[in-house]
Amino acid sequence: MDAEKIQPLTEEQEFSINMGPQHPSTHGVLRLMLKLQGEMVREVKPQLGYIHRGIEKMCEKLTYPQTIHLTDRLDYLSAHILNESVCLAVENALEVEVPDRVKYVRTIIDELNRIASHQLWWCAFGMDLGALTTFFYGLRDREKILDIFEETCGARLLLSYNVPGGLMFDIHPNFQKRTKDFIKYFRKKLPEYDALLTGNPIMQERTKGIGYFSKEDAINFGLSGPPGRASGFSCDVRVHQPYSAYPFAKFKEILYTEGDTFHRYKVRIDEMWESMNIIEQLIDNIPEGDFAVKMKPVIKLPEGEYYQRVEAARGEFGVYIVSDGNKNPYRMKFRSPNFCNLAPLHKMSVGYKIADLVAISGSLDFVVPDMDR
Amino acid sequence: MKSIINYLAEIFRGVSALIKGMKVTGYYFIHPGEIVTQQYPENRKKLVMFERFKGEVVMIHNENNEHHCTACGICEMNCPNGSIEIISKTVTSEDGKKKKVLAHHIYHLGMCTFCNLCVKTCPSNALKMDQTFEHAVFDRTKLTKVLNRPGSVLMKGVDK
Repeated sequence: MDAEKIQPLTEEQEFSINMGPQHPSTHGVLRLMLKLQGEMVREVKPQLGYIHRGIEKMCEKLTYPQTIHLTDRLDYLSAHILNESVCLAVENALEVEVPDRVKYVRTIIDELNRIASHQLWWCAFGMDLGALTTFFYGLRDREKILDIFEETCGARLLLSYNVPGGLMFDIHPNFQKRTKDFIKYFRKKLPEYDALLTGNPIMQERTKGIGYFSKEDAINFGLSGPPGRASGFSCDVRVHQPYSAYPFAKFKEILYTEGDTFHRYKVRIDEMWESMNIIEQLIDNIPEGDFAVKMKPVIKLPEGEYYQRVEAARGEFGVYIVSDGNKNPYRMKFRSPNFCNLAPLHKMSVGYKIADLVAISGSLDFVVPDMDR
Repeated sequence: MKSIINYLAEIFRGVSALIKGMKVTGYYFIHPGEIVTQQYPENRKKLVMFERFKGEVVMIHNENNEHHCTACGICEMNCPNGSIEIISKTVTSEDGKKKKVLAHHIYHLGMCTFCNLCVKTCPSNALKMDQTFEHAVFDRTKLTKVLNRPGSVLMKGVDK
């Protein structure tokens, strides 16, 4: 080794570094190519493809009921909502009207799923900022929701509870009681989240004013979900294009205009309260009736193009089906919220330090299998 | 002077927030009854899964070693991953009629994604989901299972 050839970096020089694909704070196999100047971030280039499974192509070989279990594997934390999007698209294409009972149950489980997803995000966000305690408190409450899922749907994470035309089984007799117990329990426990993390001055210092994103930029970048609403972009599909039982429930869209990391955090905490309101309005009024419409054994969509969007826990999820009249889709395209929410990462984090980049990417709540598909 | 007051105020704010957070953790320290941790491998005998839990696909057999499977192949067709294979054989009954019966219902647990479509679409309700979940094995060939038991036959009265 020639010692004279190794030159120390001066302050002006930029250097590149890879964050990920095995970095714990990227929440999966996301690789960020960073250009740094000292500790300041000058450029963020996300590199995708580490968990690409070709799900859109696989769907072309499968029938419509079979594609549903693949949508579980996109954004696995809001699996039920993604299942529902395909079911709604197929039902709309065939002009099948599902019973009200199905709509109510779907919406309740959607909201439970949203709470479970936000709880896990809260755990992981605390971990990103270095607060390990949050992880145990969040998972403790999430366990209650997973038990409800396990009893009614038969699975904890990848539910596959929806089928075109309704539900896989009827709800379990304990479902309503357990859900009501959970709401009662969680209304007491959610203030603990604020006491543990929201009010913490270290957390506030690290998130307030960090990663500002304006409303215009949010619209231009196609940001949706909690990050979009924190910037003041009213993008909640549940309000603007209600599906399932959302027209029967009264709730307000959480909107903040500050657009920084702290308010992306606040949107999700407030959404948990709002989701509990929705569930409370619906849980006692589940109408009697069938849990599924009898569908043909082989479902064939009429020729044409169909698009259905739903509000997943991380933003707007869309499914676009091109059918040529066969039992398989000719093309199935998913508009996943995480992929669009990744785009502004460069703009948000330039000029901040690496630790802020971790906080920003934590507040965007990435699920990498949803980006790559 | 002002900066010192600010400095002290910040310390006070930090400590008060710390106490607020520690109050939550301290509450659980003196209330161990509210802790929900399960001691998993130790509580194995008492552990009861929910009845709908999708652990693995099994074939329903009654006490006479009879099952409902008519080897129609609908579960094989509906499986999205190809984790079910049905091998049938043709037997000639006493009155000279040829009939297709089930030889082996092969199930690849390693490929299964527990979507429940085989159970749902089976026209004669021959399959169900079992609640087992400890599937780890040392050799992956053990994940391929034959669901019909040796010597089992089709239950009388069940027809195609």
